[in-house]
Amino acid sequence: MSLLDVTDLTVGFDTEDGHVHAVKGISFSLEEGEILALCGESGCGKTVTAMAVPRLLPPQTTRLSGSIRLDGRELTTLPEPLMRQVRGKEVSVVFQEPMTSLNPSFTVGFQIAEVLRRHENLSRAAARNRAAELLELVGIPAPAQRIKEYPHQLSGGMRQRVMIAIAVACSPRVLIADEPTTALDVTIQAGVLDVFRDLRDRLGTAIILITHDLGVVADIADRAVVMYAGRAAEQAPVEELFARPRHPYTLGLMKALPAAAVTGPAGRRRLAEIPGMVPSPLADLDGCAFHARCPQRQDDCLAARPPLVRHGPAHLAACFHPGHSGEQP
Amino acid sequence: MTWFILRRCGAAVMVLLLGSVLIFLGVRALPGDPAVVMAGEDASPALVAAIREEYGLDQPLPVQYVEYLRQTLSGNLGRSTQDQLPVTTILAQRLPVTLELTVLAMVVAITVGVLAGVVAAVRRGRFADYLATGFGLAGLSVPHFWLGLLAILLFSVTLRWLPASGYVPFTEDPAGNLQRMVLPTLVLGMGFAAVLMRQTRSAMLGALSADYIRTARSKGLAERAVVGVHALRNSLTTVVTVLGLQLGALISGAVVTEQIFVIPGFGKLTVDAVLTRNYPVIQAVVLVTVTAYVVINLLVDIAYALLNPRIRLSGASHG
Repeated sequence: MSLLDVTDLTVGFDTEDGHVHAVKGISFSLEEGEILALCGESGCGKTVTAMAVPRLLPPQTTRLSGSIRLDGRELTTLPEPLMRQVRGKEVSVVFQEPMTSLNPSFTVGFQIAEVLRRHENLSRAAARNRAAELLELVGIPAPAQRIKEYPHQLSGGMRQRVMIAIAVACSPRVLIADEPTTALDVTIQAGVLDVFRDLRDRLGTAIILITHDLGVVADIADRAVVMYAGRAAEQAPVEELFARPRHPYTLGLMKALPAAAVTGPAGRRRLAEIPGMVPSPLADLDGCAFHARCPQRQDDCLAARPPLVRHGPAHLAACFHPGHSGEQP
Repeated sequence: MTWFILRRCGAAVMVLLLGSVLIFLGVRALPGDPAVVMAGEDASPALVAAIREEYGLDQPLPVQYVEYLRQTLSGNLGRSTQDQLPVTTILAQRLPVTLELTVLAMVVAITVGVLAGVVAAVRRGRFADYLATGFGLAGLSVPHFWLGLLAILLFSVTLRWLPASGYVPFTEDPAGNLQRMVLPTLVLGMGFAAVLMRQTRSAMLGALSADYIRTARSKGLAERAVVGVHALRNSLTTVVTVLGLQLGALISGAVVTEQIFVIPGFGKLTVDAVLTRNYPVIQAVVLVTVTAYVVINLLVDIAYALLNPRIRLSGASHG
């Protein structure tokens, strides 16, 4: 049994345009101290998948099936009061937008102390002291002054560190980080990733890292799930994934990395792109969702949906015509 | 923060001075000659001239203004041209009545309006929301005087629960005072409750969809704390703005309400003074109203700064 087991998770939303299939049956597991990357382009369902774990999706419109087990305990059917004890304590989240995810009307000290007082039963003073320690832990200098400041007085990178401090305040088992570095400058990105690595090493926190940036995946993740149109296209340990990508979509993503840019006729380097668009989440195709954009497509790709097939000890890919083992991107 | 308040106070004084000029000129622009009104229609020109001289009405306007300002600042608002009572004495009688009415109405408006707005936002699209929104629409559309008449008809004439009109000072008969204040307070308060409700609802809807609300939920906080602490605190700026704007309207609403319920307050004083061209009283009434507006706006600005750290802290750094 893993720390977190997600099995056949399906998430849909009732909207004015009809039922949107955001996640269509995804399974993965997370071990203690592991950093798992959920990657793919916008709208592939990576954020929805992750937000389903602490049940932070709007309850009125969300249709969810499948199983999410934390330490063997089923979260999808857990009563809301018990779920509130899980959120912030066992599973916590760092959101994408550090500029808007903190409440502008309260000091950062209050916002960190709030979660401590909720779950750890700390007194006001003890929670404030702990908040300052946490700010130090995430690398904010002069924490005793900073806890008295408001979010608008801090830079984006600082705010994201405050978010991380809130998320790790109660030493969670699972930390979900939704594009934690996307809104930040490149120089600050590396620092934030270091904070995550450090937390994993010190506290043994398992991290689900949501990102569209394969550079970040290569930098920090142990294992990656590449998602496309609500399903897992490929899943493998990161070294294996970069060495032997099997799914044409993964291959396309790697070719789109700046480091892989091809030198053109005028000496200019041009980024490769994956032609076409992501299919509409309102419809669900019978065949492979990537078919229309795939350079290796054949007739059978439309007839049936390719299942996830084992290509190595821990390497799964959902493609009838996968790239050959050993092929370099 | 101290600097912020001092700056605001300075601005308030400027507005008051400017207001006093406008009041002074405005009253003199009214048609009709107060000396003629005081002397009576058939009075001799000599008597009218004597009255003019007595009240300084024969002096040039700037001289009259400076004299007016000097007297006002020393607490002398003149005497009523009707009954020769000092205007300050009249104000001392009338102001507390209106103050009681507006404060009570405001308490009703804030309690009902903010509460209904929060409930409507949280229960958006459900029965409680429709109920509150419907009440809001009705409260905005129904004029005070009509609502007042209906309330008298229902609660005083038909059900005989409450007195229809009149006023007893609180110091003489607290129970009787409050009993007579129930209907006027509700009539005056409901319209403002409706405005506050609508503003609170939309501010809360905005706040509830903000990213920091998701953060609050991800901490495992109960909905009570998410709504009551995180969302409400950020909606209060809007509520305070509306409150400041509406308090001014509340004063003018009190004029109408006092007429319906025959309450001897500020509103009735204003109407009577205008009808009799009672210059000193009109000037005083308008001056008090302007002062009330300015003070309320000052309080709103300070409340803003207290609620919003961005205003408070920028005030500190820019001195």
